[in-house]
Amino acid sequence: MDKNYVPDKENLVEVNDLKMYFPVKTGLFTRTPLKAVDGVSFAIKPGETLGLVGESGCGKTTVGRAVIRLYTPTDGDLFFDGKRIDSQSIGSMRKDMQMVFQDPYSSLNPRMTVEDIIGEPLDVHKLYANAKERREKVLHLMELVGLNAEHATRYVHEFSGGQRQRIGIARALATNPRFIICDEAVSALDVSIQAQVINMFEELQEKLGVAYLFIAHDLLVVHHISDRIAVMYLGRMVETADADELNNNPMHPYTQSLLSAVPYPDPEIAKSRKRIILEGDVPSPLHMPSGCAFRTRCKYATEQCAQECPKLTDRGNGHLVACWNK
Amino acid sequence: MANEAYDVNKMPEKNPLSLQIDLKKFEKATEDEKKQADIMSESTSFFRDGMKRLRRNPLAMMSIVVLVIIIAMIIVVPSVVPYSYSDIITVNGKRDKTATNMSPFTYSKLEQQYIDEGGKVFPHIMGTDELGRDYFVRVIYGTRISLVVGVFASMIVLVIGVLYGSVAGYFGGKVDLIMMRIVDVIYSLPDLLMIILLSVVLNEVINVSGNSLLGRLGTNMISLFLVFGLLYWVGMARLVRGQILTIKQNEYVLAARVSGAGSGRIIRRHILPNCISVIIISAALQIPSAIFTESFLSFISLGVKAPMPSLGSLANAARSGVTTYTYKLIFPAVMIALITLAFNLLGDGLRDAFDPKLRR
Ligand SMILES: Nc1ncnc2c1ncn2[C@@H]1O[C@H](COP(=O)(O)OP(=O)(O)OP(=O)(O)O)[C@@H](O)[C@H]1O
Ligand SMILES: [Mg+2]
Repeated sequence: MDKNYVPDKENLVEVNDLKMYFPVKTGLFTRTPLKAVDGVSFAIKPGETLGLVGESGCGKTTVGRAVIRLYTPTDGDLFFDGKRIDSQSIGSMRKDMQMVFQDPYSSLNPRMTVEDIIGEPLDVHKLYANAKERREKVLHLMELVGLNAEHATRYVHEFSGGQRQRIGIARALATNPRFIICDEAVSALDVSIQAQVINMFEELQEKLGVAYLFIAHDLLVVHHISDRIAVMYLGRMVETADADELNNNPMHPYTQSLLSAVPYPDPEIAKSRKRIILEGDVPSPLHMPSGCAFRTRCKYATEQCAQECPKLTDRGNGHLVACWNK
Repeated sequence: MANEAYDVNKMPEKNPLSLQIDLKKFEKATEDEKKQADIMSESTSFFRDGMKRLRRNPLAMMSIVVLVIIIAMIIVVPSVVPYSYSDIITVNGKRDKTATNMSPFTYSKLEQQYIDEGGKVFPHIMGTDELGRDYFVRVIYGTRISLVVGVFASMIVLVIGVLYGSVAGYFGGKVDLIMMRIVDVIYSLPDLLMIILLSVVLNEVINVSGNSLLGRLGTNMISLFLVFGLLYWVGMARLVRGQILTIKQNEYVLAARVSGAGSGRIIRRHILPNCISVIIISAALQIPSAIFTESFLSFISLGVKAPMPSLGSLANAARSGVTTYTYKLIFPAVMIALITLAFNLLGDGLRDAFDPKLRR
């Protein structure tokens, strides 16, 4: 942790060198740190969206949960609105930071009605004067995310996945937060409903000016909604750039392979992009390869890659890449 | 209209060999049917859903009926039957020393005399015991004591187990580790030995007497409750802890923390409601086991203090004359069996109705 680190006033959220290690039992008495996140930095301005992509298990959820302090980070400096996020300050920030969870089934309490689920943040922060006002606020939120207000007294097992995700989003919006972490908020949904929910996120951003950390593994979705995109591989960030720049000019071989796998609706573009298929499996985060973590699957890998881990370096236009060769 | 493009009748004939679905075989959905998809099923709460399933379980419903009858009996009978559990039968104000060991529905000489003179005598439904006390009243009182002991003991287990287990499960880590090792130690203590030792020690230390319920139950019962309070809660604590450990993993608990909810609110609103059914079910299953323990202790003369009867002590007393007065053993034994069976079946029914995941 760097006590003297000064965050940029313009940024709503700033994360510097975030590390999150989980002690994992590997033997009877031995514990090995699992480096789920190993030195991730990013910043989000008010009303902006940062997309975070990477394949399953690369640590996206862990980043989100550490930022909102569901986990206590092993190391790193986290700031919200210029103030350091720590165990003391987080209490007063909860109202302004919210999260939409990955699994619409386990993120809603089956023993509560929709009204109580959406009303819980209101209860905790005492954001209403009487029961009538609470009900009005909940109904307004339900309307905002496109839920039928008549369903307020129902239990969640009666709703479909898409409806549940909307309930989760309404809950996240209840306190009027300035920053929402969307952890694969649309991944569990049908493609047609995905589009609806994404449009809803964009509308809400226009209306309410919230900033998003939008986590997903689907680059097409992320490109659509994000201002900037960060690509993660095995707990580290390998490339970050503005959304269009990253899409048109991917530099890191991992990003290139991810982009080549995106199904393009236009067959002309699809033909011009050759599909790069990665060889081998993702290494276990318990046994990380030395140097660059991606080298075991990279066709450009050299001696240097095995020795030293490349740092994110600026290649102009705010396009940062961590690769020795590109 | 766009629909006309899909008019089945204008489509080309299906090739008989083609595997394609023949659209002509389908009927169009009526407006009514289309609407049905929009309207969601009738809203049912978790509780009503469970009750519906419970009502469909004949064994559980029968157990409820049996238990209700037994409970009604232990409430009503003592005020209807004119005999007391501790006193020898009196006929017309005179003690009837000859009315011992009578068979069901028989009268002693004195009583017969009194009836002949035109007096009224309440029949001895289960006969009398060796001291000339009405056996029916004693069995009913015994059932009352056994039930009270069972419910009370399982309440003790419930309260201590839930508190201990939820603290260990919720806070986890080192707290959990230490608390669970204590549970392991307690688990390994021999319970019957503890009850016997405790009642010996307690008999020396405290001396409950007087007319309070505890005084009439005797020191042995206090040590029984104490042992339940000290030893038997560990099973419940383990169960609750395990439940909470799994519920804690659910994202809705994380979501509550993100919303800023404190530990108290999370336990109250999220964790307990989701494991309450399991807790209640295992408390219901605890009752017969407590009744059984009490009966067993009374049977080996470590139970309630005489003249207070319990089902176990009645069975014990009946042992000596079992060949001649078999009915004196059968009545309390059948009662114990009925109660334990009913509670067990009801507990199973509750589990199936409210926690289908737990079904074996
Ligand atoms: N509480 C934990 N204890 C131990 N290891 C963990 C814990 N949480 C996550 N991990 C490990 O950290 C790594 C990153 O997990 P994470 O959930 O952040 O991945 P992800 O990128 O969100 O994946 P997905 O796309 O599947 O959601 C994984 O290897 C996972 O096994
Ligand atoms: Mg995830």
